[in-house]
Amino acid sequence: MTDVAITLTVNRQQVTATVEPRLTLAGFLRRHLQLTGTHLGCEHGVCGACTIIVNGAAVRSCLMFAAQADGSEIITVEGLAAADGLSPLQRAFRKHHALQCGFCTPGILTTMHALLQEEPHASAERIREVLAGNICRCTGYLPIIEAVLEAAASYNND
Amino acid sequence: MNRFAGQPLERVEDGRLLCGQATFVDDVSLEGMVYLAVLRSPIAHGRIVRIDADGARSMAGVIAVYVGSDFDSLPRIPTRLAPLEGVERFLQPPIARGKVRFVGEAIAVVVAQSPELAEDALEKITVEFDALPAVVDWKSATAPSALLFEANGTNVAAQYSVAEGDITRAFRDASYRRRETLYCHRQTALPMETRGLVATWDAREATLRIWGSTKVLWFNRKVIAAALGLRADQVQMMATDIGGSFGVRGELYPEDLLVPYVSKQIGRPVKWIEDRREHLMTTNHSREITCDLEIACTPQGKLLGMRAYLFADMGAYTRTNGGIVPSRAAMFLVGPYRIPAVEFHVAVFHSNKTPVGTYRGPGRFEANFFRERLMDMAADDLGVDAADFRRMNLIKESELPYSPGKLVPFEQPPIYDTGDYPADLERVLAAIDYPQLVGINGQEIDGRRHGVGLCCFVEASGAGARENSRVILEADGRVSVHTGCCTVGQGLTTTLTQLAADELGVDLARVILHNASTENLEEGFGTFASRGAIKGGNAVIAGVQDFIDQLLRFCRSTGGGTANELQWRGGAVRSRDGSVLLDLADIAVQAAKRGKRIEGRGNYLGQGLTFSYGTHAAHVAVDARTGVVEVLDYYGSEDIGNAINPMVVHGQLIGAIVQGLGGVFLDHLVYDEDGQILTVTLADYLVPTATDFPVIRGRSYGDKRAATNPLGIKGAGEGGIVGVAGAIANAVAAALRPLNVRITSLPLSPMRVWQAIAEAGEAAPG
Repeated sequence: MTDVAITLTVNRQQVTATVEPRLTLAGFLRRHLQLTGTHLGCEHGVCGACTIIVNGAAVRSCLMFAAQADGSEIITVEGLAAADGLSPLQRAFRKHHALQCGFCTPGILTTMHALLQEEPHASAERIREVLAGNICRCTGYLPIIEAVLEAAASYNND
Repeated sequence: MNRFAGQPLERVEDGRLLCGQATFVDDVSLEGMVYLAVLRSPIAHGRIVRIDADGARSMAGVIAVYVGSDFDSLPRIPTRLAPLEGVERFLQPPIARGKVRFVGEAIAVVVAQSPELAEDALEKITVEFDALPAVVDWKSATAPSALLFEANGTNVAAQYSVAEGDITRAFRDASYRRRETLYCHRQTALPMETRGLVATWDAREATLRIWGSTKVLWFNRKVIAAALGLRADQVQMMATDIGGSFGVRGELYPEDLLVPYVSKQIGRPVKWIEDRREHLMTTNHSREITCDLEIACTPQGKLLGMRAYLFADMGAYTRTNGGIVPSRAAMFLVGPYRIPAVEFHVAVFHSNKTPVGTYRGPGRFEANFFRERLMDMAADDLGVDAADFRRMNLIKESELPYSPGKLVPFEQPPIYDTGDYPADLERVLAAIDYPQLVGINGQEIDGRRHGVGLCCFVEASGAGARENSRVILEADGRVSVHTGCCTVGQGLTTTLTQLAADELGVDLARVILHNASTENLEEGFGTFASRGAIKGGNAVIAGVQDFIDQLLRFCRSTGGGTANELQWRGGAVRSRDGSVLLDLADIAVQAAKRGKRIEGRGNYLGQGLTFSYGTHAAHVAVDARTGVVEVLDYYGSEDIGNAINPMVVHGQLIGAIVQGLGGVFLDHLVYDEDGQILTVTLADYLVPTATDFPVIRGRSYGDKRAATNPLGIKGAGEGGIVGVAGAIANAVAAALRPLNVRITSLPLSPMRVWQAIAEAGEAAPG
């Protein structure tokens, strides 16, 4: 198959590239753009480590082809931090010890960021429900929920 | 004075991890790097008749294809500990030669320009097998139909017996005995980062560099160097971030020889990243042990004797951990109890399954389940409350130090050093409101039966050889600290930074704690069995003390007349009256001017193991119609002697409890009768998610300091997991007691609990 030309926005920067049709979006971000913060934990859409934000929605980048991302706006974990340091969500993760090895953390941060942007008043139960799509082997999840609940206030504009 | 140790400080390693700036092994990218993929056996047991790799070799983008005979110079993978006599006959070759012995065993490797092309090429290799009957359990292992190694004449690698006290008399005199066969199922740790390696041969420097190893870098380097005909110092194990270990990651696996070998052969950097299917098929499994256990008691429930026959399924090969898992399972059967006579018989056998190694709390998770379950059955028979049964038998503080005897053939008798076991039990009983819960044991409330279960345990830590450290003054006045203990995600970077900063009397930001690498430390040992803070921590302190001596020596050599009065205090060199003469930045400038490098070295061996101890309690509700168990409350407690960072150790506790709950209800590596593994995706091998166990409580505290190391630390990494199966199984059994349900086997998945309930119903009269 012939390569595909794509143009997209990644972390607020425009990117153009020519890619193999079978190249996954995760592979494109990691190997072509050197955005290695997006991690691959299972490559079949279960663990959630590779989650990124595509047009506002949390998406598994291992299950999407780079060619499908043509024209989309993408935020990865590298695009979450504020210019002056950690975002409120990232700060809350650190404060509540919501990460240990940190391998699953990028996918959890992006998933929770997408959730709180849509639902800044999400309850602990709702956060838990959405978080259930990401696997963490270190923390037992409880500190993650505490961190997200605390950070939710910063997404709340009313 | 301690400004930082003992404080729940935010972790220094978090910033990079939160921003996607960490470097895990798959993030290492080298110029000219190519990608390796492994062809793995689809069958459990069989002879390799023919391999045809021509199709793969001729593919565009394929650089090389290797089969077993290309690696004839590589040795079998050695054991690094627990050398039970006999297991050395079952060591694993790095790639199958003539025969495959488990699904997932390496048969051929492909190197290609991209990972996708390498995987494509695997499909073009055809292998013809002559299938053999599979060994899948003790029964088939001891039947004459199939031998994994024909030359060995048996599938039983080792058998041994240990005993203390007069077991014959204990059982003869006892008015009460109970004997049960209990089973713990096969699981694995499943770190979120799979294994992976990048290796590159630097011909100019005649040095092999390897990224992706962890845990025991110096052992691995020694084996790799010998296998490739190099000196140890020609192999450098580079530091990366590590996405979880839990015991399985960092051991020397076949790929740790294959990838460097291939890199040296083709003269290019080679990357291999294990995918999740490979991970579930090839990374160490653990926990699969059957225990035929018998106890003898007085009518009041006082333990008189314990006898056990353990059968440990080690999978196809003995790997680096040797006989550690079965020997620990036997050793920890005694637990925190006074048992006058014990006799344990251990049988270590091989099967056509993935090889077994250590997984967080190796042997302990299993042993505590076996013992605590049988103790509750006995208490129930005798009409003694489960807490009272434990109160009667727990070793008291006044009896410490206490040795349960020589229970491991290749080790000295362990010594429980310090603790107040009964006090911990009482705290946990109060925390979970045991008196109230025991009143509703077995009762049906809103359609579900409630039960409370307990598990008391001891946990060994601080094992292994001497650990080293190296402390260096950097040009900017910061201090680099190196040790052989690896950060694998557990927070050791922060813990050791706290200790080093306190010892130096400087702020945390002055200290740069580097993850272990052979480049920066000639000799180190490693991270396992909760030894990082104990061995690494005490080694770092020794290194900092030497570093301070070196600083003072340097200042005296340059300082003129008052030199002998210089002292180090509050992070600076001071005169006798306490005024600051030089801080680290000043000294760094002075040292640079004179071309002098200021460096301290330390090491720490210690005086043997230390034993933490604790109690777990669980309150569950069981739906007897479906077998579904809900954990309504869970409390875990452990005295770890001295908590350097209470937030970090609390994280260890809660995380380990949830991992253990997975091991009770979810995690299960399933094989069929042909030795085919059925759980090779995360849709089949289930682990806890955020909705499964929302109520977990607990406390790790420092009460009784360890007697065997200056910091008084006991390991904090495993106490959270070792008591989970015992507590939960007892709670489920208590809930189902009115239905006479036998809970003797893990996992407690809905189907299995439902089956146990159905069997009890069939057995019931009328």
